[in-house]
Amino acid sequence: MEQPDLLPHLFRTEYRKITSVLCKLFGIDHLETAEDIASDTFLAAFETWTYKGIPANPTAWLYAVAKNKAKNHFSRNATFTDKIVQQVKDSTPLEIEIDLSDQNIMDCQLQMLFALCHPAISTEAQIGLSLRILCGFGIDEIATAFLTNKETINKRLFRAKEKLRTEKVQIEFPGEDEIDKRLDTVVTTLYLLFSEGYYSESQNEILRKDLCLEAMRLVYMLVDNEQTNKPYVCALLSLMCFHSSRFDARKNDNGEIVLYEDQDDSLWNHELITKGVYFLHKASQGSKISRYHLEANIAYWYTIKTDTSEKWENILQLYNKLLQIEYSPIAALNRTYALSKANGKHEAIKEAEKLNLTSNHYYFALLGELYTGIDDKQAIQNFKQAIKLAKTESDKHLIQKKIDKICK
Amino acid sequence: MDEFILIFRHEDGLKVASPEQIQAWMKQTMDWIGGIAAQNKFSGGNGLPFADSKVVWHNNVVTNGPFGDIKETIGGYVIVKADSIDEAVGFAKGCPVLQGDGNSVEVRKIAKRDGIH
Repeated sequence: MEQPDLLPHLFRTEYRKITSVLCKLFGIDHLETAEDIASDTFLAAFETWTYKGIPANPTAWLYAVAKNKAKNHFSRNATFTDKIVQQVKDSTPLEIEIDLSDQNIMDCQLQMLFALCHPAISTEAQIGLSLRILCGFGIDEIATAFLTNKETINKRLFRAKEKLRTEKVQIEFPGEDEIDKRLDTVVTTLYLLFSEGYYSESQNEILRKDLCLEAMRLVYMLVDNEQTNKPYVCALLSLMCFHSSRFDARKNDNGEIVLYEDQDDSLWNHELITKGVYFLHKASQGSKISRYHLEANIAYWYTIKTDTSEKWENILQLYNKLLQIEYSPIAALNRTYALSKANGKHEAIKEAEKLNLTSNHYYFALLGELYTGIDDKQAIQNFKQAIKLAKTESDKHLIQKKIDKICK
Repeated sequence: MDEFILIFRHEDGLKVASPEQIQAWMKQTMDWIGGIAAQNKFSGGNGLPFADSKVVWHNNVVTNGPFGDIKETIGGYVIVKADSIDEAVGFAKGCPVLQGDGNSVEVRKIAKRDGIH
């Protein structure tokens, strides 16, 4: 084929659309049938295009083939037809309408997102299913992202699909009264999906970036829809923009993490920062302050490289608020770092010792950092403890560099 | 893990402070609460503004504000998680309200709704 990247690209963008539209039509019980038809369509494309060349409008070609395959499936499979066609109103097998208009594709994907992020399904499985069905990720890619094997992922997805069936999850937009609760779950899943990409230990840089971009795309879909365009959804998108603006700066050529203060800010993506600011403004309507508002605001201040007391005081107060509504060890450690910048190292050391996160290597790394210049012996001791607890070689290496700097 | 309420008592709630002083207290209070939250020991809390406050007495007599007959007023509270009263007292000791002479923080265990307490 002349364009070797075309098919994978189309798979990424079109697989989810075909699957969502078909599954919406068939019902969640037949998610696998929808997936099979979508996969078959791409197989047909591969077989045909290899010999006959790429059609003028590849997407239209895929849709036409998918429609035909779906219709064939209806007429071939009598039981399927009997069961399903009852549900597909006013249709007989051969006249079945498969609506692949932009609007319907968008609606089906959104409804699918709500179905896959149903509260009955474990968070891990929600992420896995979303990656598979709405992001077109392969099983081995998902396995790589989760640092596990294909078998585990296959089992997890299988169980999740079973659950969708037994819980009789509908592919539909939740009602007005339910939407906030359900949207909460969806948003949490997308937040975790993004974090999976951003913080994953996986060495596959391209895959990790893809994960982040896909999460952003799905959030963007929510922002684009009137019913789901809530301030906290905008806040999450803003947060993702700010974080991903540093994607290229936070790892060096050897794949090691580059700490914030050592980052080359010319590598920060300013277009994404501008977008982040835009969505942060959008998020500031309404009176409810969510964790995403606070985190996006923190991330905003981090896009300003210059150290000012205003910057660190703001970050400290935002962490103070964030911890009150959503505690996490990493937020507690970051808060203490901001405290040292705003109120001084002595106060921060006292507060840090109360945190008691003694199984966390970042805890000792923070203590090492705080003691540096105050009590270097203590600093080195803490850094050494951090190395002992660190899980990856690149983390150990990074902390060792801190010790070397003190000993110089 | 039990919950304890820390009740801030001001000796004289009508004392007027300068805006700078209020600003400084606010920061200290936010940092103090943030420190408790950073240990995952924060459960809730609120300030109690003096504006729009009434006291209802025996026989439904209503008076303005908690001032006048009672000099001491409650300025706010936080609820913390702690393994013991001593741990809760440890949190209370850091409360910026205590910088005011005559002010106090009352530490009280919150009854569990387990039918025993």
